[in-house]
Amino acid sequence: MPDSMRRTKSIELRVLRYRPASDREPAFVSYVVPYSDDMSVLQALQSIKDAQDGSLSFRWSCRMAVCGSCGMMINGEPKLACNTFVRDLAGKAAVIEPLQNFPIERDLVVTVGDFVKKIESIYPYIMPKVAKPIEDGAYLQTPAQMMAYESFSDCINCMLCYAACPQFGANPDFIGPGAMAMLQRYNSDSRDGGRQLRLDQIHGEDGVWACTAVGMCSDVCPKQVDPANAVNQNKTNSALDFFLRAVRPGPRP
Amino acid sequence: MDHFDADILILGAGGAGLRAAIAAAQSAPNLTIALVSKVYPMRSHTVAAEGGSAGVVQAHDSLDNHFNDTVSGGDWLCEQDVVEYFVEHCTPEMVQLEHWGCPWSRKPDGHINVRAFGGMKIERTWFAADRSGFHILHTLFQTSTQFPSIKRFDEYFCVDLLAEDGRVQGAVVLSLSTGEFTAIHARAVVIATGGAGRVFRQNTNGGIVTGDGMALAYRHGVPLRDMEFVQYHPTCLPGTGILITEACRGEGAFLLNKDGKRYLEDYGLGPAEPKPRNKFMELGPRDRLSQAFWHEQRKGRTVTTPQGEAVLLDLRHLGRAKIKERLPLICELAEQFMGIDPTTAPIPVRPAVHYTMGGVLVDIHTASPLAGLFAAGECSSVGIHGANRLGSNSLAELSVFGRVAGEQAVEFARGSSATRRSDQAAAVEARALALLGQKGEGEHHAALRAEMGASMEKGCGIYRLGSEMQGTCNTMGQLRQRYAGITLEDKSRAWNTDWVTAIELGFQLEVAQAMAHSALARTESRGAHQRLDGFEKRDDANFLRHSLAHYRGADAPDITYGPVTITKSPPGQRAYGALGEQAEAAGKGAAVAAGSPPAPKDIAHA
Repeated sequence: MPDSMRRTKSIELRVLRYRPASDREPAFVSYVVPYSDDMSVLQALQSIKDAQDGSLSFRWSCRMAVCGSCGMMINGEPKLACNTFVRDLAGKAAVIEPLQNFPIERDLVVTVGDFVKKIESIYPYIMPKVAKPIEDGAYLQTPAQMMAYESFSDCINCMLCYAACPQFGANPDFIGPGAMAMLQRYNSDSRDGGRQLRLDQIHGEDGVWACTAVGMCSDVCPKQVDPANAVNQNKTNSALDFFLRAVRPGPRP
Repeated sequence: MDHFDADILILGAGGAGLRAAIAAAQSAPNLTIALVSKVYPMRSHTVAAEGGSAGVVQAHDSLDNHFNDTVSGGDWLCEQDVVEYFVEHCTPEMVQLEHWGCPWSRKPDGHINVRAFGGMKIERTWFAADRSGFHILHTLFQTSTQFPSIKRFDEYFCVDLLAEDGRVQGAVVLSLSTGEFTAIHARAVVIATGGAGRVFRQNTNGGIVTGDGMALAYRHGVPLRDMEFVQYHPTCLPGTGILITEACRGEGAFLLNKDGKRYLEDYGLGPAEPKPRNKFMELGPRDRLSQAFWHEQRKGRTVTTPQGEAVLLDLRHLGRAKIKERLPLICELAEQFMGIDPTTAPIPVRPAVHYTMGGVLVDIHTASPLAGLFAAGECSSVGIHGANRLGSNSLAELSVFGRVAGEQAVEFARGSSATRRSDQAAAVEARALALLGQKGEGEHHAALRAEMGASMEKGCGIYRLGSEMQGTCNTMGQLRQRYAGITLEDKSRAWNTDWVTAIELGFQLEVAQAMAHSALARTESRGAHQRLDGFEKRDDANFLRHSLAHYRGADAPDITYGPVTITKSPPGQRAYGALGEQAEAAGKGAAVAAGSPPAPKDIAHA
């Protein structure tokens, strides 16, 4: 994206490159990029691709921090490249790496499929408590009822929280913060009746109890979704469910 | 090459593609649906829509009102039978999204809230704060995961359709991850690949909005309709083009020039009142507001920012609480990308390309002239937007016609014989690989892309001149020739984005060429197509017709014209503000028969 601000300064970006067909292992490559004060890290990578090295690969689309494509490690922190600005990295070489805790497919591109499977595993859709034909109109939902789940529905699936989560780093099967936030989003929705099914998904050892409550997930979230809070609520619900099951008929946990 | 047998193939998994997939899965659970997307579905550009989606809900509103707003907003170049169907089905679709969990904003009593939007007479825009598209997309994606018959091909890029025996038979897709090809065989194909705004330099669109599906259909003989009509959204961040939603104005924001004047009153949109009435001032339609910016800039009344000229979008009088509640994303974007807190300072904004009104020619059933091929959403021209789309009609469109496309594809698949595997797929793969290995002239495609964007902006901008449009037509022809000789820097297969963006550029150049030639041929001014070279007026006698761009290989397209369906609204004077009110008060007297139009309000020389 060209802009009319003059790119009078320059910065060195050390980008971790890995091309599976030719590289044994990832290695850093340095690029010097002229920049202006309004230039994002994403725009810097685009300028490398357009002007210096067309083989550099990274995901991006919306440029406005809502599509969730361009998560990467910037100076060791999980960030969206589109709303991280080069001016804030100036002074020394900046280090750009693929999102931590995920397998690298190539350059800054990591494997997303396992994360999406986790989302799919928690039944991420309304199972109506009371079925209602379309002709009967919308369900009523007061602003207070909305507040119970709304912030969890703001997750853009950027996976920064997984890159920040030490538990996920140690155990890739851990369901992780993003999927737990989504679970809490549906379990807290007044229209939904699928709570039990979802709780059953997270009782296990890779479920909610695997979280060690470090809270890094909420620190790095670009949308203030607060997955740590979702995990806490999940733990409460999971524990409550565990004890309730002990006193009611039916299969024991 | 791998082969996959599906019954229905859907290309694109944004709002329209997902809605189509769900509709197909619900109406025929035994059919296999292949859903192909070059990004994970929740990355699709529907995600960036902010303001909301139209659907009549208030007692004092009516379907006729929505119809009339849409048809006059489109400067009468709408298929009125399609608009009638559309307005009837918007609200049920919005309710359906609600049932699937979309967090529509509510009134204190728990009922759906609606907001005002430009060119809409009554408030009827359903919204989820200012993340409406994001929530619609995520709701649809998450809902789609419960249907086992939907087989997703995430991060697969469609390189070409398979069409034989006079019907579409599937497509060849490229796995971005591996660089390997799969032929997907299907009896019906739905194109839902979104718009083409990235052919312009400054735009609100994500990088993926490259007109792929339009070009695919076009190459297979399906005309692209009304491609000259490209929407400039009036309020975008200078430099990046990031969208600052019309919902700001729906909530009551003002547009000011450098003197602090609400300049829209000088352009037939006044009077300027403290709270803009619907269809007045800041709640005028997008084409008129972008045109007013152009004049203000020429008159030297814009503010200069490091990223270029701008006007000021002032929300401050709405108060911090309302701004934070209704427009949280705007606060975030203004803060992050401009360093501005909109509760204490106005946001500099300017027009940028936002939406492609035209697209793949389809009928009211979303069927294209090629048997078995359907299209829905921004890539299509089903006929509801005419010469200018009203804000909040496109999210409604992808819901209404996404569903239609899914159901129609099911009907078609059930009634047609199995596809046959030919060697066409191998030829498609060979062509794509030839580009990868091409020695070429050594030119890299990034330079061509930049030249395309600049030329489209110059020739096909807010106001247009014949000589400049001709220049853009010439440039697109030359760029297509140079494109044939490009050399890729990356010859590998896995995640080769150099290769994929080069294929996309091939699509973009053909779509851009269709836009430029369609624009040059329309010697009148209508909606978003405004000329300053002797064709400043609407000319219903000659141009109350849809343009159709026909592909002719390496040559420039043929432009022909087709009729416009008029059911109940004869072309009338398109007016807003007090003039619009007068026209409406005069009853249907404002409407006159086609062929003898009144002189349109000539804002170009106001």
